[in-house]
Amino acid sequence: MWRDTLLVAGKDLRIEARSRVALSQVAPFGIVALVLFAFALGPDRAPMAKGAPGLFWVAVLFSSVLAIQRSVSVESVDGARDGLRLSGLDPAGQFLGKTLSVAAQLVVLEVVLGLGVVLLYGANIETFWLIVVSCGLGTIGLAAAGTLYGALSAGLRVKETLLPFLLLPVVAPVLLAGTRMWQAALTGGTPSNGTPWFHLLIAFDAVYLALGVVVYGPIQETA
Amino acid sequence: MTTDTSVQSPRVMWATRVIGLLALVGTGLTVWLGLWVTPPDKVQGDLVRLVYIHPGVAWVALYLAFGLAAACSLLYLWPRTRSLFWDRLAAAAVEVGVVFNVATLISGSVWGKPTWGVWWAWDARLTSTAVLLVLFLGYLALRRVPAEPEVRAKRSAFAALFAAVDVPIVHFSVLWWKTLHQGATVLNPNLSPTIHGSMAWTLLLGFVALTLAFVWMLLVRYRIGALEDFLGSGELDMALLERQSEGAGPTPEPLGTADDARAPVKASR
Repeated sequence: MWRDTLLVAGKDLRIEARSRVALSQVAPFGIVALVLFAFALGPDRAPMAKGAPGLFWVAVLFSSVLAIQRSVSVESVDGARDGLRLSGLDPAGQFLGKTLSVAAQLVVLEVVLGLGVVLLYGANIETFWLIVVSCGLGTIGLAAAGTLYGALSAGLRVKETLLPFLLLPVVAPVLLAGTRMWQAALTGGTPSNGTPWFHLLIAFDAVYLALGVVVYGPIQETA
Repeated sequence: MTTDTSVQSPRVMWATRVIGLLALVGTGLTVWLGLWVTPPDKVQGDLVRLVYIHPGVAWVALYLAFGLAAACSLLYLWPRTRSLFWDRLAAAAVEVGVVFNVATLISGSVWGKPTWGVWWAWDARLTSTAVLLVLFLGYLALRRVPAEPEVRAKRSAFAALFAAVDVPIVHFSVLWWKTLHQGATVLNPNLSPTIHGSMAWTLLLGFVALTLAFVWMLLVRYRIGALEDFLGSGELDMALLERQSEGAGPTPEPLGTADDARAPVKASR
């Protein structure tokens, strides 16, 4: 399973390295979202800095929908999905591989957006490790749930419009937890402010990773 | 493809009608008792009359309908119990549940405006209920995508499963969001803790009546779903038959001989 995970993740990341879709389209989209949030909140820096955690995570969520759609669409051409199914790779490994690849791209995106939040909104990070933990756990959850919903919508002609509607309410807890942990990190909050959110993110990750490992094979039959 | 025609059986139709009638009578009785017989509350006055409807509607939507949908989806996914029966029942439960969920939010808002002063508050319960509504609207949107009944059933069952496991996580997240964010402020519904006499009976009757209404709507919606599938498969079969008869039928003859061919039939009448 682990070997298959690395194979699939390597394949997707190689495609990304050659096509640069995430880097040249998804990450700039995130930056555009940050700039638009700034326009919406006015030129004052105070509301921007206050809203920075939430705006960061909303930008991440919207960008993650694009990253997941990209991850689905690389399989939808040239019968790639059928090829992958015929390859004999463990479905659980395929799920983890695609999740890993999406997560790796989201981490790069979050670094870019994090810098954007600090530079554009004047957010001041006090507790750096809280940022790292929230982004790490949040990314795994987003990637796992996203890959599952991506597989569910893969065969649909309306997947571009349906995926955000299905996925975004489901990942709302990631937004809540991530935002609260970032708020604690920006105000130099004590870890106790972040602890329940930490548990929540772990639970979210565990649930969707486990679900994906179990049902990714059967779910492909619906595509 | 299995087509469930038992929904048209006289016994099922009769039972559906009886349940519908009971629901109608129960609801009517609840309205009469709730609006005229029961006394107004000491604190809330006439507003308390919403208690006969709002919790009952919420019970149907949040527990009965969505719980049933989750259970049916699991039963469909389990290979031994796989049957389109569970899929249609889950679909019917979600559809009726969404209606009750909207009714929960509306009746809650109507109650919230005079008691709390706002139509909507970002309370944990309200937020969870709203997220639940969006999750199951997504389920219904997925169901509307045209597909073979088996494919649609499997896809929908997975979607219901993914949404259902999210429900406790959403619940805790908004609960903590609320409590860690700010203390309880406006949200202190002054429901009298003890409820007795005619009020308690009306409340109970409201629950029973709304549950019966749910069951009735569920049965009717299930029947419509089954008949839709039946119609879909029937149309395909009929089209296939037509095509086949076209190929196997007699070759068209010149116009002149067509009348002659019909003539003996007329004569034999």
